[in-house]
Amino acid sequence: MSDCGCSCQAAPKFVFSCSGAADVGEVADQAARSVSREGTAKMFCLAGIGGRVSGIVKSTEAAQKVVAIDGCPLNCARRTLEEAGFTGFEHIQLDGLGFKKGETPATPENIQTVVRSVSEAFSK
Amino acid sequence: MKILVMGPGCPKCEQAEKTVRDAVAEAGIAADIEKVKDFQEIAKYGVFSTPAVVIDGEVKVVGKAPSKKDVLGWLK
Repeated sequence: MSDCGCSCQAAPKFVFSCSGAADVGEVADQAARSVSREGTAKMFCLAGIGGRVSGIVKSTEAAQKVVAIDGCPLNCARRTLEEAGFTGFEHIQLDGLGFKKGETPATPENIQTVVRSVSEAFSK
Repeated sequence: MKILVMGPGCPKCEQAEKTVRDAVAEAGIAADIEKVKDFQEIAKYGVFSTPAVVIDGEVKVVGKAPSKKDVLGWLK
């Protein structure tokens, strides 16, 4: 970092969540917010990627690392990033963690399981 | 044309501003170039690392100083 205290050399780490309507979307969303609050990465707006908001797209291009969380096998977060031209990001799908759509309440335990998985993805 | 050069004032941000001014002079166009240092203002554009360059509301680059060739391309 330079002495001016700016973020010139601090490429951010971003986590995107599908934040879908189902229970698994809620778990994914809450996990992303928790990771963001803990400072592991910053939760960033998937809708901004879908809407091609230039600042959000360019900031994501400049990110040091990106992790996408999808609640179910529809993989909307992954597809949204891919449609915008992003590749090489880490992808976590809650189905892969044994969480089934319609059977996974957003309990602290479930959210924490996803938080751990996201933290591991960022530590790779 | 309105150009915003975003960054709090580090060498890379200064370089970005100089490159933009040089490119605008070379292109011979009229442009209002403004330096944005306040990070709250910067964040309003969805920009989370600097330097960044915004032309007429569209973010062109984030996290690095662009080349003059890049800027000339954006000015067309």
